[in-house]
Amino acid sequence: MEWEVVIGLEIHVQLSTKTKIFSGASTAFGAEPNTQACAVDLALPGTLPVFNENALRMAVMFGLAVNSEIGKRSVFERKNYFYPDLPKGYQTTQLAEPIVGPGFIDIETDDGAQRRVRIHHAHLEEDAGKSLHEDFHGMSGIDLNRAGTPLVEIVSEPDMRTSKEAAAYARKIHAIVTTLGICDGNMAEGSMRCDCNVSIRPKGQEELGTRTELKNINSFRFIERAIDTEVARQIDLIEDGGRVVQETRLYDPDKNETRSMRSKEEANDYRYFPCPDLLPVIIDDSYIDAIRETLPELPDARRERFISEYSLSEYDAGVLSAYRPQADYYEQVVKLSGDTKLAANWVMGELAKFLNQNDTDIKDSPVSAEQLGGLLVRIKDNTISGNIAKKVFELMWSKGGSADEIIEAEGLKQVTDTGAIEKIVDEVIASADKQVEQYKAAEPDKRGKMIGFFMGQVMKATGGKANPGAVTGILKQKLDALCD
Amino acid sequence: MFELTLAELARGLDNGDFSSTELTQAYLQRIKSLDGQYNAFITVTEEQALAQAKAADEARAAGKAGALCGLPIAHKDLFCTQDVRTSSASKMLDNFISPYDATIVSRLKNAGSVMLGKLNMDEFAMGSSNESSFYGAVRNPWDTDRVPGGSSGGSAAAVAARLTPAATGSDTGGSIRQPAALCGVTGIKPTYGRVSRYGMIAFASSLDQAGPMAQTAEDCAMTLNAMAGFDPLDSTSAERDTEDYTSALNQPLAGLKIGLPKEYFSAALDSGVAEQVRNAVAEFEKLGATVKEVSLPNTELCIPAYYILAPAEASSNLSRFDGVRYGYRCDNPVDLEDLYKRSRGEGFGTEVKRRIMVGAYALSAGYYDAYYRKAQQIRRMIQQDFVNVLNDVDVIMGPTTPHPAFKLGEKSSDPVSMYMEDIFTLSLNLAGLPGISIPCGQTQGLPVGLQIIGNYFAESKLLNVAHQFQQATDWHKQIPAGVEV
Repeated sequence: MEWEVVIGLEIHVQLSTKTKIFSGASTAFGAEPNTQACAVDLALPGTLPVFNENALRMAVMFGLAVNSEIGKRSVFERKNYFYPDLPKGYQTTQLAEPIVGPGFIDIETDDGAQRRVRIHHAHLEEDAGKSLHEDFHGMSGIDLNRAGTPLVEIVSEPDMRTSKEAAAYARKIHAIVTTLGICDGNMAEGSMRCDCNVSIRPKGQEELGTRTELKNINSFRFIERAIDTEVARQIDLIEDGGRVVQETRLYDPDKNETRSMRSKEEANDYRYFPCPDLLPVIIDDSYIDAIRETLPELPDARRERFISEYSLSEYDAGVLSAYRPQADYYEQVVKLSGDTKLAANWVMGELAKFLNQNDTDIKDSPVSAEQLGGLLVRIKDNTISGNIAKKVFELMWSKGGSADEIIEAEGLKQVTDTGAIEKIVDEVIASADKQVEQYKAAEPDKRGKMIGFFMGQVMKATGGKANPGAVTGILKQKLDALCD
Repeated sequence: MFELTLAELARGLDNGDFSSTELTQAYLQRIKSLDGQYNAFITVTEEQALAQAKAADEARAAGKAGALCGLPIAHKDLFCTQDVRTSSASKMLDNFISPYDATIVSRLKNAGSVMLGKLNMDEFAMGSSNESSFYGAVRNPWDTDRVPGGSSGGSAAAVAARLTPAATGSDTGGSIRQPAALCGVTGIKPTYGRVSRYGMIAFASSLDQAGPMAQTAEDCAMTLNAMAGFDPLDSTSAERDTEDYTSALNQPLAGLKIGLPKEYFSAALDSGVAEQVRNAVAEFEKLGATVKEVSLPNTELCIPAYYILAPAEASSNLSRFDGVRYGYRCDNPVDLEDLYKRSRGEGFGTEVKRRIMVGAYALSAGYYDAYYRKAQQIRRMIQQDFVNVLNDVDVIMGPTTPHPAFKLGEKSSDPVSMYMEDIFTLSLNLAGLPGISIPCGQTQGLPVGLQIIGNYFAESKLLNVAHQFQQATDWHKQIPAGVEV
């Protein structure tokens, strides 16, 4: 039987407010356990929440960026359940009246077409703390630093049909929230976490199959793999005469399998009700319009502009526009170098390679856009070749300094003086009789390829500093002269 | 000296008749020798009190006396007090030392007051007799076989026995006004949002409101001056200017329009109480007020609505007491579920557990609409009833409670009969309105309370009306037989 996969995503995005959603404690990541949890976060008796208006502003920004209706009235509710890292015994969240109503984004599907994914709603809520089960001699530790960090939970409609679409949707959400500057986008630190609702149905069937929920996936690659694994499990199950049970499952990336966490029968009754400690949040059009004015250029618009203004390919424009710090960096390099394609090649090539190898975010790149721009200027004016530029870049990365300083200090300036090059070419030709004979014996249309050897020798002799264009011209001229 | 009101003590301090240290020592001594009969205090903070008194004397000598400088006060034990046990009268918090002061505690401290200690109450403020305290029942100074009312029973008994000139209380369904009535003292529940709830251990957040209890309306006005006002730490506190509640106390009552709800004078009302309340109303007529009958038609719906909403909120508010971070934890839990079940099962008393179960049930899937939502609708109807009547009259008057103080144990096996004690008081919490209870007579040798209800933020008016009555009568000056001053 042919199966259709139906996927909906719930994405939790940590908002990059300085303080927590209902208290004045810091939200910075990585502090010593429980040093960033105040009386409110610890749920000491008598403490009360005060809503952080910055979280509201960021949620509204998101809503506007995904074409949503903004809730003029939104209400915090309590979701009651017991867990050691949930200090109050309830999570403050939104249910019936969320801040962000229905909206949509467009993603590119595998075949290059666009698919619209509808957003059901997005709501504000507080994050829980963390339970730590290692290093406590069989006991558990609780770290409440994360408790009260503001989250926006973005709930999609079940509009995705492949794991790739799901990952593309998640990437697009990531691009939007980082472009808006409302989330640092650091998935390894849990700034964006994804729950995938997955079901299958016979192709052509209208009715949805029973879904399972894959919890807390924190990379795009794992989204794809977790869904693929779960789809295969569901298909096997049904084709063997079994039945999918509605449940929450955990994806184990090490074993590449999903396993059951809890079934619907074991699910909590959360006993939601409006939080009496917080007033309904009421906003008006002027508040929303003022925020709309502050929205930066969004990834889709930026990609279109990169294509039309910079003549980039769809692919390059898509990659460069997906992450705002990278797009900003790229545009700065373009501005300084005046070469959109060269800038794209370097930002997506050498720079990306170094960032990846060193696990560094472009925001923390040791080579600034100004440095890279300066380097590209020296490629363009023939001061150095592309190969030498890579060497300069490496030094820039490891030791700092401007392109000009490094070129000067290392004596890497390109030799463009044809007299000097001619002298070296003569020496190379004189010392390579065998290759010269081969060259002469070759068909004229094959000779071009054979210049490579001589080129390499010249570069070796000049320490790579000879201008490759000039060397090629002179070599060709002198070798061809020998053939006559 | 112990018969003196807060205002009189303030004058004594101003005149140099005694120092705050002398005053504080005298009250501490009195608590030590007499409180064994009443059990009004859970914790006496002698050391801090003497230090605060000394600081107050120094401030006064330096000409920097605040409004309550050097005056003793005691706090209901659900107000968090830094470095002092704050138990909410529960085994659950018997070991809880608060690391911070409630907003009202720090405001009263900043006004110069001296904290004598922490007062007994019903566990987590759930009760109308002060019999549910982990620290044992409080006894009514008028008859120690009788209850002082609740949940601020320790506050009321302490003022009635003159163990403190003033106390703080909290009122979720009548917990200031009902014990004030049963103990013959004055207590005001302000408008919801007038006094910060920050640092007050929550029972039912949308109903809880702190207020002062003392011998007189004037004393309550002085204390409320220090307590009231917007608090950025409490999102439900009212962003509204504060006022001097003592400034309007002496306005004459000529032309005051009083409404008497016919529903409050039904057959269920004790005849002695009814008689004293009618006498008090007649006194107001002598002071120039006019009286008319009004109707609050949904009065009988108050109790069922309240006993859905308050337990629903409580069931969630008390979830934080889980044995994980602070408070009571059971011995040797075998796993997480065991830790929760036994810590909460052993740490909470019967009435608290009853309300948590009722509340969790009312909020559970499939019952929410029938119970919680319906109760919220009733709440709006009740509020509308009051708004309609208060468009027509200045204040509403009636009995604070249907009966005078009942015997210890008399109602403790019958929760519904206990809940009925709050029928006149809890409608105000549902509506968010202010109300004051003042002593207005006696029946069977026990005090009777008159409740005066005003419009939103009409605390000044209520205190003025109460003060004028207390200028004309001396019910507030009655001291229980057996209480020597």
